[in-house]
Amino acid sequence: MSTSTLRRGSRLVRRTQASPTAYVILAVVLVGSAFPLWWSFVIGSKDSAAIVQDPFSFIPGGHFLQNASTVVTTIPFWKALGNSIFVSTTVALFVVLFSAMAGFAFAKLRFRGRSGLLVFVIATMAVPTQLGIVPLFIVMSKLGWIGSLWAVILPSAVSAFGVFWMTQYLQEALPDELIEASRVDGASTLRTFWSIALPAARPGAAMLGLFTFIATWTNFFWPFIILDPGNPTLPVALQQLQAAYFVDYSLVLNGVVLMALPLIVLFVFAGRQLVAGIMQGAVKG
Amino acid sequence: MTVQSPAQPPGTTPGMPSRAGVSTRPAPELPSFAQRSPMKPRSGWRRRLTKLDEKAAPYAYVSPFFVLFGVVGLFPLLYTAWVSLHKWSLIGGKGDYVGLKNYGDVLAQPYFWNALKNTVSIFLLSSVPQVIAALLIAAALDSGLRARTFWRMGVLLPYVVAPVAVALIFSDLFGDKFGLVNHLLGLVGIDPVQWHKDVLPSHVAIATMVNFRWTGYNALIFLAAMQAIPRDYYEAAMIDGAGRIRTFFSITVPQLRATIIFVVITSTIGGLQIFDEPRMYDQYGLGGADRQWQTLTLYLYQLGWTQKNFGRAAAVAWMLFLIVIVFAIVNFLVTRRIASKGQR
Repeated sequence: MSTSTLRRGSRLVRRTQASPTAYVILAVVLVGSAFPLWWSFVIGSKDSAAIVQDPFSFIPGGHFLQNASTVVTTIPFWKALGNSIFVSTTVALFVVLFSAMAGFAFAKLRFRGRSGLLVFVIATMAVPTQLGIVPLFIVMSKLGWIGSLWAVILPSAVSAFGVFWMTQYLQEALPDELIEASRVDGASTLRTFWSIALPAARPGAAMLGLFTFIATWTNFFWPFIILDPGNPTLPVALQQLQAAYFVDYSLVLNGVVLMALPLIVLFVFAGRQLVAGIMQGAVKG
Repeated sequence: MTVQSPAQPPGTTPGMPSRAGVSTRPAPELPSFAQRSPMKPRSGWRRRLTKLDEKAAPYAYVSPFFVLFGVVGLFPLLYTAWVSLHKWSLIGGKGDYVGLKNYGDVLAQPYFWNALKNTVSIFLLSSVPQVIAALLIAAALDSGLRARTFWRMGVLLPYVVAPVAVALIFSDLFGDKFGLVNHLLGLVGIDPVQWHKDVLPSHVAIATMVNFRWTGYNALIFLAAMQAIPRDYYEAAMIDGAGRIRTFFSITVPQLRATIIFVVITSTIGGLQIFDEPRMYDQYGLGGADRQWQTLTLYLYQLGWTQKNFGRAAAVAWMLFLIVIVFAIVNFLVTRRIASKGQR
């Protein structure tokens, strides 16, 4: 069956042109995606009097910075920002390192129990480990880690998904011949991992790091349980802001904007990679 | 000196016959570094070290994951069952063994059943429309658009907004008195909905937050799977005179079966544990004055950290764990059924 004969039959055969319907659907989705963020900026930039006066105007007011200065003094905003950066970066580095190590072994080394362990990893991807919070809390309090950032970092430092992802990635990105050649040259496994596997893993590792960073940055449940009000991450700090000012949405949504801003900036620069990462993961997973 | 080829499983010890299927390829005789170079063959201890490296290294590489996962993932989950069989307080610690009493106490509370009902309701309101909308958006994205990266990034934007922030924005939009949604409904002559008071509207509001954040993400997963469908199928369908809609249901949906199952199962696992959105929907965090939107995880938190009863909290956690597993399996079977219907 040749494509050219088919193409002659109908203009629609190769759908090179999108229908107007597709654009309409996507435009609606886009407005729906962006509007809530715009709305929180609009409300966050008014004073409460202006909101009462005209609650449904879509035009921002002039009080954004003024509100922001109230927000950052009500909650430990800068501390929370620093904590979020530290926790998310550390978790991302740990997950990438441990996943790359395990992925390298699963993809390129042969050992007893390899397939069994890999099946175990895949099975644990579906296990809701979040439900272990009660014992996790008991353990952390025994260790005296309640309120410590390490109590947030450690439980997130490994990811079954990450191992699976890096295994898949290295299987394709790293030719067996390269490993073999390095062995023949007498390189140790560590050296092979460090100088050959890691450089080959870099694009996949960067994507894993990006997704882990976002997941950690937006994580609320466990940090909310384990961290002290004086030493929060951003989502926990946002909860404090809500508790303090729930009725005054100009301040609450101002805090929302302040908190969302770093990841929106990240999105502007790395959004393309996020899209590619989700689409690659879908094909492989 | 011959260097052991990586094709040979390093895990097999001399006394132990290697399992069939593991060492399939015969090790090719490769010229070693030592033979090629004028250097003398390496000393015995060095060779043994290399051998040890090849045998032990794989385990060293996977062990950080397994050890840490065991400590922070698996152990707490299993230990939850142990805690649930004891009287256990947040402050006093472990008390007497009470058998299944905590389970009986929890199951006797109407609050548990209320939370279960709310969780399932919110889950259904978020997952079913979300999968349908995501499929639709994916189909739109898969149609030869101009500026496709722009559209793809556009649908993904909500993903970078934290659920906590999403919840605060939507709790304003869904305000009972001064919310924008009620204002817009008023413009078309609909009476204000009590989004924070009535049960179903509160579930709709919370489900909207989940859908806002995840629909675009799932649409991209579907898009990737759609692009993997051979274009010949569509060409053949068009020749047979099938329209766009018919093609979508007879070709696209059945071809996406595995992906739909994947998305449904991941959203089940996440959806049944929902906490952030209902927690932040009002400032008290109990799931409403009459627990209208109290989910199981919120209930678990309340038992453990407000009532300080870890025994009961662990019982709820363990039951929720089983519910998630059962739901995932049922979902798998049902989705497979539905998705394969189009194929026949």
